[in-house]
Amino acid sequence: MSIETSIQTSATPLGRDDLARLVAKDIKPGSFVNLGIGQPTLVSNYLNADRDITLHTENGMLGMGPEAKGEQIDGDLINAGKIPVTELPGASYFHHADSFAIMRGGHLDICVLGAFQVSATGDLANWHTGAPDAIPAVGGAMDLATGAKDVFVMMTLLTREGASKIVEACTYPLTGVGCVTRVYTDKAVFLTGPGGVQVRETFGCTLEELQELVPVPLTAAPAVVP
Amino acid sequence: MLNFVDTVADAVAEIKDGSTVMIGGFGNAGQPFELIDALMDCGARELTVVNNNAGQGDQGLALLIKEGRVKKMICSFPRQSDSWHFDAKYKAGQIELELVPQGNLAERIRAAGAGIGGFFTPTGYGTMLAEGKETRIIDGRGQVFETPIHADVALIKALKADGKGNLVYRKTARNFGPIMAAAAKQSIVQVSEIVPTGALDPETVVTPGIYVNTIVKVA
Repeated sequence: MSIETSIQTSATPLGRDDLARLVAKDIKPGSFVNLGIGQPTLVSNYLNADRDITLHTENGMLGMGPEAKGEQIDGDLINAGKIPVTELPGASYFHHADSFAIMRGGHLDICVLGAFQVSATGDLANWHTGAPDAIPAVGGAMDLATGAKDVFVMMTLLTREGASKIVEACTYPLTGVGCVTRVYTDKAVFLTGPGGVQVRETFGCTLEELQELVPVPLTAAPAVVP
Repeated sequence: MLNFVDTVADAVAEIKDGSTVMIGGFGNAGQPFELIDALMDCGARELTVVNNNAGQGDQGLALLIKEGRVKKMICSFPRQSDSWHFDAKYKAGQIELELVPQGNLAERIRAAGAGIGGFFTPTGYGTMLAEGKETRIIDGRGQVFETPIHADVALIKALKADGKGNLVYRKTARNFGPIMAAAAKQSIVQVSEIVPTGALDPETVVTPGIYVNTIVKVA
């Protein structure tokens, strides 16, 4: 078996839930984590309680529990996406400046974000298309991208038009510079950083087939990266 | 000077045209709807409003914007699925927008209340939201200079106040309340309950009464 095929860990591309399960598996027990709005929120479905992972929400809470249902719904208890959530035992509340000090101060182990584009050096674009008629809205995206120790991106590898979202340089306005450490896509897991783009594993394609889709040089990651 | 007033109308009566008004809340959590309605009724115009968002649906801040009372929004996340009143005003060129990354917004508000003249932060460095701002490399990281945001008035929702104006909040409705109370010249707070002085455990007070000017109980 060659290196190229040995990193193929799935015969087919991963669906959103399988990808969320994989991201969850890669989060170390005891971590403090912020999950972005949209696809990253799915990761919470696979964080089992016995792993002692604490979720942070930007609007002032650590120890966020699952989405609230029925009588649990409380308008004073929402997440960053303004969806009603629950609190877990050991939860804490704090004001907004403290909440962002938790991010900016490097206290979060991991944040998981969606993206429009990630560059070969880990630049992130995920907040604005730059279209002249678009109303810009940034929220906490820049703070998360800048502050967390590890920034994981979850996205499909290709746009609807078939273009790679991993690019040499982002064409959309940046969220953060050199901040992304890992990119989870339906076709592969990429490690980004000063050493260029490495591929940890592929799903439903070989490294060579992946290289044909992605316009930056790819190498297989040297060893198993947990 | 701490005042307890009977109505939200009395609470906002001194707000003047052209004021900068901080409004607490993240989405609807912690948004002081009754005080905003009173601000609408009092007629103040040409307002600069500081809030995380730019109004949701057809209530509160969204209505203030719809009625053309807001000249400028300083916020982090104006565009939402139900921010149609802001969207319409923005696209018509009838409202000014200063977009600030959320953590910079919070820290700029905090800085104002804490007497800080400005600060360098890595958030936003290298992005279009840092364009035109002073930058430095500090400890090997690019950082952007941000200035405090002061306000004439803050409208805040808390859960309880005591006779000294000490406040406690409820869950994620706390959000911007404590930092806005410190940053504004006049802090106007609506609460669900006013308890006797001494009834709040001093260890659990979140906003000390020194930051609070006016308190009104709402149903």
